[in-house]
Amino acid sequence: MAETTVATREVPRFYETGPHHPEQPTLLGFWLYLMSDCLLFACLFACYGVLGRNYAGGPSGAELFELPLVALNTSLLLLSSITYGFAVIAMQRKLPGATLAWLALTGLLGAGFVGIELYEFGHLIHEGYGPQRSAFLSSFFALVGTHGLHVSVGTIWLATLLVQIRKHGLIAANRRRLMCLSMFWHFLDVVWIGVFTFVYLMGVLP
Amino acid sequence: MKTLLALSPAALLGGCSMVVLDPAGHVAVQEARLLVISTMLMLLIIVPVIVLTLLFAWRYRASNTDAPYEPEWDHSIQLELVIWSAPLLIIIALGAITWIGTHTLNPYRPLDARAPAAAVEPLDVQVVALDWKWLFIYPKLGIATVNEVAAPVDMQVRFSITSSSVMNSFYVPALAGQIYAMPTMETKLHAVINRPGEYEGFSANYSGAGFSGMHFKFHGMSAADFEQWVRKARASGQALSRDAYLQLERPSEREAVRAYGTVAAGLFDAIVNRCVAPGSQCLHAVMAADLRRASAALNWRPEPQVCTVADAATVALLPVEEWK
Amino acid sequence: MSESSDLNHPLFGRLSWEALPLHEPILLVTFAGVVLGGIAIVGALIYFKAWGPLWRDWITSIDHKKIGIMYVILGLVMLLRGFADAIMMRAQQAVAFGESTGYLPPHHYDQIFTAHGVIMIFFVAMPLVTGLMNFAMPLQIGARDVAFPFLNNFSFWMTASGAVLVMASLFVGEFARTGWLAYPPLSGIIHSPDVGVDYYIWSLQVAGVGTTLSGINLIATIVKMRAPGMGMMKMPIFTWTTLCANILIVAAFPVLTAALALLSLDRYVGTHFFTNELGGNAMMYVNLIWIWGHPEVYILILPAFGIFSEVVSTFSGKRLFGYASMVYATVVITILSYLVWLHHFFTMGSGASVNSFFGITTMIISIPTGAKIFNWLFTMYRGRIRFEVPMLWTISFMVTFVIGGMTGVLLAVPPADFVLHNSLFLVAHFHNVIIGGVVFGLFAGITYWFPKAFGFRLEPFWGKCSFWFWTVGFYVAFMPLYVLGLKGVTRRLSHFEDASLRIWFEIAALGAVLIAFGIGCFLIQLWVSFRRRDALRDSTGDPWGGRTLEWSTSSPPPAYNFAFTPIIHEGDAWNDMKKRGYIRPVAGFVPIHMPKNTSAGFVLAMLSALFGFALIWHMWLVAAAAFAAVVVVAIVHTFNYERDFHIPADDVVRIESARTQLLAGHG
Repeated sequence: MAETTVATREVPRFYETGPHHPEQPTLLGFWLYLMSDCLLFACLFACYGVLGRNYAGGPSGAELFELPLVALNTSLLLLSSITYGFAVIAMQRKLPGATLAWLALTGLLGAGFVGIELYEFGHLIHEGYGPQRSAFLSSFFALVGTHGLHVSVGTIWLATLLVQIRKHGLIAANRRRLMCLSMFWHFLDVVWIGVFTFVYLMGVLP
Repeated sequence: MKTLLALSPAALLGGCSMVVLDPAGHVAVQEARLLVISTMLMLLIIVPVIVLTLLFAWRYRASNTDAPYEPEWDHSIQLELVIWSAPLLIIIALGAITWIGTHTLNPYRPLDARAPAAAVEPLDVQVVALDWKWLFIYPKLGIATVNEVAAPVDMQVRFSITSSSVMNSFYVPALAGQIYAMPTMETKLHAVINRPGEYEGFSANYSGAGFSGMHFKFHGMSAADFEQWVRKARASGQALSRDAYLQLERPSEREAVRAYGTVAAGLFDAIVNRCVAPGSQCLHAVMAADLRRASAALNWRPEPQVCTVADAATVALLPVEEWK
Repeated sequence: MSESSDLNHPLFGRLSWEALPLHEPILLVTFAGVVLGGIAIVGALIYFKAWGPLWRDWITSIDHKKIGIMYVILGLVMLLRGFADAIMMRAQQAVAFGESTGYLPPHHYDQIFTAHGVIMIFFVAMPLVTGLMNFAMPLQIGARDVAFPFLNNFSFWMTASGAVLVMASLFVGEFARTGWLAYPPLSGIIHSPDVGVDYYIWSLQVAGVGTTLSGINLIATIVKMRAPGMGMMKMPIFTWTTLCANILIVAAFPVLTAALALLSLDRYVGTHFFTNELGGNAMMYVNLIWIWGHPEVYILILPAFGIFSEVVSTFSGKRLFGYASMVYATVVITILSYLVWLHHFFTMGSGASVNSFFGITTMIISIPTGAKIFNWLFTMYRGRIRFEVPMLWTISFMVTFVIGGMTGVLLAVPPADFVLHNSLFLVAHFHNVIIGGVVFGLFAGITYWFPKAFGFRLEPFWGKCSFWFWTVGFYVAFMPLYVLGLKGVTRRLSHFEDASLRIWFEIAALGAVLIAFGIGCFLIQLWVSFRRRDALRDSTGDPWGGRTLEWSTSSPPPAYNFAFTPIIHEGDAWNDMKKRGYIRPVAGFVPIHMPKNTSAGFVLAMLSALFGFALIWHMWLVAAAAFAAVVVVAIVHTFNYERDFHIPADDVVRIESARTQLLAGHG
């Protein structure tokens, strides 16, 4: 945007004369946060990679994982990403009612995912295969548990947003928050695909 | 003035002994040589930089109006080329030296064929870092010592090193570089002592309250003196049984030097695999079982295990059919 | 786990009167001093009726300038604590030979060297660096504030909370005795069952959240909020180094969070990530912590490099030599810093090829670093150098840092490292680069931007005294350590047998005393400058003949920084404006959109500190309550949509007219 200085004594413009509106940094900032979270998960995956075969004489993944349950879990989560997508479409069409409905459904599916995971964990711990049993189980619980914690936080955030959208409607601030949560939700989906593949499938199938 | 201060250690070099630069073992000598060569290479850049900094600061001081002043000069392709390529060349040289030196001086690598003493059968010493003392086991000689280790001059020594509890580092500066001593793991160091004498050894990784007292003596001896030293140890009368080891393992500081005339068989392996205490499972057995579990879905063939009296309790009884 | 969890009090966990150091005279005296000092400060606040302004204008402020100043104050206060630890260590090591065990038994000495490292890196260097980046960068890019002002406030208070936890460990319980990186198994529950490592973990986790969010904040600011016309290659070089340092923060701190979280799971839940039993692997921790640890030192040094670039250019009266090459060098250093971490544990037995790879990558980093040094050199060449205090620090840096860099490349040769790892040579090396690089850069930056922040310069005489004591003191304190390392002396020892080493430790102790004088002179400088502030007044806003945008504002700048957003044409924008006849606008001002202050950041951070404290002492009920409170406060805060306001045009007119008069009067 360089203004050429003309041979006459014309001084280029060095300041704007009206109000200045910088670009909205919220989505970029949230994306950066998500990348830092991605790195956190990468560390947990690396940990699982290193310690994931240290059964310490205890059970392996093949002996513990119930794939049908995990398949159900996965479907709930993937479905919830689709429903969130519909929520965003409704938001872009400026339909608060439809947005709220799809959001609520997403929340239910997310809560369902967490519920099943809690059941899975509880069952393992009850059998004596909690995170203290072996390094494999420690890293399993840490990775899958951290993911589950993130989904729980996302669900609480979703519930909060539901209230806020009911209160204020689809104002700009709420639309930004919806987009941030959207990124968060889909990111967790991608991480789950990694978990599902590396932990469950590769742990069980030949 | 700052330059002088910076170079003062070098100036004092003549007047004080620095074991790292003047060690008594072949491996350490090689490492010292690398140190000096690398320093020389880098001084090629560092000295001109320091000189130029002080020179430019002086010559271009604001009160010196004789010096040219070019406020807009901020770019020169030729100068940039020199600025980037001079260090690059030095680093290429250093990199080559690093690659070669690191492979040659790899602690896991037996001493070079050309090194003194490589032809002779190496002396095996097993090292255990305890809280806060050192245990040395000579497996082939059947003796062990605490806080003292000896080796004949010009004979390659093969150290196998572990720790009982926390990370330590086995280091005798006069002999060779250090290597970590870690629980559940075994590291190796190949070295040789080329001058008789008494040398300092210690842990070079902080390991708790007794760390400052965790030093030992390394003796380089003639072959005859070494024989005598071994005989004296054998005659000590104390036995390093598993129980005695478990006693020794308990935290204590500044232990006096002592020797054991007999050592329980397979003690070092048991220490590495954390199965000295009766009833405990050896790590390598657990890991082997884990490996089999990991390939559980594939065709599974158990490794036939021969029962011995020592490990009868840790071996599962397999049906005869599955031995095939 | 406490061995007797049935002794766990429902409310107070394992906290009991025994946690107080009633039998430790040094701590009791320190505590008395702290209490007296606290009473004095509180008394002064009451006397000057300053509570209101303190809360309104500082604690709840979201202004990047105020937050930057608070970071620097935090860093300087913690410097006194960290340096006290250093003096104690030097004193012990100068006397503890043979029969004499010195005055610090290992139980205390080992906490002191751990605390010294933790405090200096996390609560001195990081806050000082973050503070300067916060203060200067938005001004340099022509912005009104950072991208997320509330988050900025929260980040600062989280860092302060971490510092509070570390300081609490002095008087309630103990600190870790593991070294500043707390390797397991030593830091595991079996070998460190007491609260020390827990203090370590939670103070760093709390502070780490603040740092990570600050990293996100500053990156978004630079990417989104630059003044129109400021393309990336027209940004000030300090802004570039700020960008790269914050990229490193976002890409490295999550690894620290993960490593500490896994360690805390081992300690609290009994998992087996890093234990010797049931499949744990302590080497995993070493790798994770250094994957964070190496980028961390570049996070510290890159902004210092940026400061030196600004200072050299300004005080040589010349454009920075090789701007593009400086930018590329910074970016290359940023990327390469992720490829070197293993050089911190060559001796862990990784094998020759792995060791060589990391050794060579470490050496490669020295190439762009060397390029930067040459570029500064050639900025000085054919300049007109004014030896103001920031320039003195810079010249000392250029000489001192390259020596440290040389010893660093030396240590990067694995076989050389085998004989020098964990020795006093290593200690000398990293102090060489941190003091010669980071600390000198911070003092240069503080002196350079002080007039901008407070409206008056620092008194040069005491600045020069401080400079000389620091420089000479550094060499006297650390050159002996290089010698000791070459004599085979390892680090973290509280007692020695060989009396011939003693002279070297005594010289080093003298050096520490000289540095203490340097710090003293700096404190005197602050006091004297405040007293003589009218004589040292900066009326123009540009006391040094600066080249970047921050010098176009008044000193201190108004809350809104720029009445009108600047338009940029060239790099060194302010220099360009001065050369081309820029005339400051004196009329036509419009209302300015600004964020509101908030107490949420402070409240959330204090609750986090409480949460950390409760976890440390196993006060599960309190911890649960604090955690719930954090969640509730955070959610309630999100229901506040009224976060901004407009500064009326009349206020802007008033402020700018005052400046017009000041500039006219000054001439």
